[in-house]
Amino acid sequence: MKAIVWQGVNQVGVERIPDPELLLPTDAIIKITSTAICGSDLHLLDGVIPSMEKGDVMGHEFMGEVVEVGRDVKRLKVGDRVVVPFNIACGVCDFCQRGLYAACDNSNPNHRMAQALYGATSGSALFGYSHMFGGYAGGQAQYVRVPFADVGPYKIETDLKDEQVLFLTDIFPTGYQAAEQCGILPGRDVVAVFGAGPVGQFAARSAQMLGAAHVIVIDRVPERLAMAEAAGCQTINYEQEDVLVALLESTGGRGPDHVIDAVGMEAHGHGPGHALDMAERVTGMTFDRITALRWAIMSCAKGGTVSVPGVYGGLVDKLPMGAAFGKGLQFRMGQTHTHRYIGPLLSRIEAGEIDPTFVITHRATLDEAPELYKTFRQKHDGCVKVVLNPWA
Amino acid sequence: MNTKAVPPKKLPGTQLPGGERTALGVLGGTLMVSGLGQSGVSRLILLGLGGGLGYMAARGRNPLATALKVDQNAQGDVQVREATTIGKPVDVIYAQWRDLSGLPRIMSHLERVEVLDGRRSRWTAKAPAPMNEVSWEAEITADEPGRRLAWRSLPGSSIENSGEALFRAAPGDRGTEVIVRLTYRPPGGSFGAIAARILGEEPAQQLRDDLMRFKREQELGYNPTVNGQTSGRADAGQRKPAPAAQPEVRRDLGSETHRKGEQ
Repeated sequence: MKAIVWQGVNQVGVERIPDPELLLPTDAIIKITSTAICGSDLHLLDGVIPSMEKGDVMGHEFMGEVVEVGRDVKRLKVGDRVVVPFNIACGVCDFCQRGLYAACDNSNPNHRMAQALYGATSGSALFGYSHMFGGYAGGQAQYVRVPFADVGPYKIETDLKDEQVLFLTDIFPTGYQAAEQCGILPGRDVVAVFGAGPVGQFAARSAQMLGAAHVIVIDRVPERLAMAEAAGCQTINYEQEDVLVALLESTGGRGPDHVIDAVGMEAHGHGPGHALDMAERVTGMTFDRITALRWAIMSCAKGGTVSVPGVYGGLVDKLPMGAAFGKGLQFRMGQTHTHRYIGPLLSRIEAGEIDPTFVITHRATLDEAPELYKTFRQKHDGCVKVVLNPWA
Repeated sequence: MNTKAVPPKKLPGTQLPGGERTALGVLGGTLMVSGLGQSGVSRLILLGLGGGLGYMAARGRNPLATALKVDQNAQGDVQVREATTIGKPVDVIYAQWRDLSGLPRIMSHLERVEVLDGRRSRWTAKAPAPMNEVSWEAEITADEPGRRLAWRSLPGSSIENSGEALFRAAPGDRGTEVIVRLTYRPPGGSFGAIAARILGEEPAQQLRDDLMRFKREQELGYNPTVNGQTSGRADAGQRKPAPAAQPEVRRDLGSETHRKGEQ
């Protein structure tokens, strides 16, 4: 089959590799009909996530048709059309039982690596996202092996198009969870969203769906701000205005009741790993690219929530902890418990409350994907979201 | 049967056993003496190295072992401890451990355990070539059903070691907390323990991997794996011997699997 393969830092390519096979009786094989490039894939391209190996298949946002099931798969049948959460969860451990699928104890075969970093057993494995997160082959390919097939894949039984449901695999639930965990009081609370990338866009629209009185989106890329404006959000271009002043003014001096950091550490602060950890200690260097998080804390109203869907991996320095304490802020963060949102959010799509296709700017084939990785990273050509058809 | 609880004593840092201290002191002194006879750079190096070893001997600490968190007691025994919570009842988990002959399924360094009588058993572990395996006789020193199981090698064993497993119900109906403590005397003293830690063949890591695998066997009935999956590498799709961290449980996948779609 064809697949997008990590070939080294700054290098992804299309390769013909063997089709995936069932490895365990609880696996299924999915023929992928649509897949997407995620902002977090850029971290892999940049080489800031440790433990990628040449030949790894990329991709964690995908959907398709079940073509093969292992003997112990009960719920899925060949022919089912499914969306697949980007995180892999076992469904039986204490965390999964509590709906904390991203904290699954059992899905990561390489639990040892994460354990060393985080002082706890590893969280859930992820598709196509380095060996530290399980080393599972990803879904920017024509087929993918899906473990725990009765737990993750969600059947789509209506005639919604792929593009309308594809983002249930990651960015829609991720934006939604970020908004939901703010505890927005409908008709009253003001929500600010740092970062107008795909997750920021869904966070802003989710805040609106959850009844936010007003939503403000902060970025510097004009077409991304325009996308947020199209949904009725106020926007602030931080390159043109002092963002903290603008936010105070927009909220009558209170600050937003809740602030969402949909930026994360991005390239610089992102890379965790012992190597960086050690380098930081040895050289006295500090990770200092947490501008969005710092702004989020400084702008947030007293008693508010700082919600962080943006990915952080390593150490953070000069975090304004005094401001967070002084204002009595609540911090919410972490990988998305995708599994628990797919059903409810699918209902919202079916009800016409949101059409997730708004975020798509580019449609392409697998062969065109390596070029689009670059376009997406450079934010050229108005690129916000790339959807790939593996069979085109 | 001796049922007295003997929890391994936790000492801060790492203690060098007496024999090792003496050897280090002698080696350090020799290096310093021969350094005095040299000139230039080699004099500096030998004096420095010798002084360093002498300092280690005097302090009774191996700083490398401390940095690598190799935990040793005053007798030079390495102590390893690990805990996990398993979503199964205490009696089920305890029974798995009490069946000594089944212990090799849990602890990957063990080859087999033969039960000799109610108290004694013969344990065989994998060892590096040329030994390949080592055996010793052990006795159960405590058996409190559903709470604690302890064992130790009998005097005269080739590898002196002891261990215990504690079991207790996790709060909130979350299953069983298993705490395992192992004590052994590493071949090669603290330096052997350090070498093993660096080479990754270290019991602390092994125990962590073993307990995680045991937990998953209990909760899922198998361990997750990516061994044999597709990739852009030359070995794609080939089955590799499973490393301890991710043993492969490939049951018969059955014949009722289906496949369709283009290739």
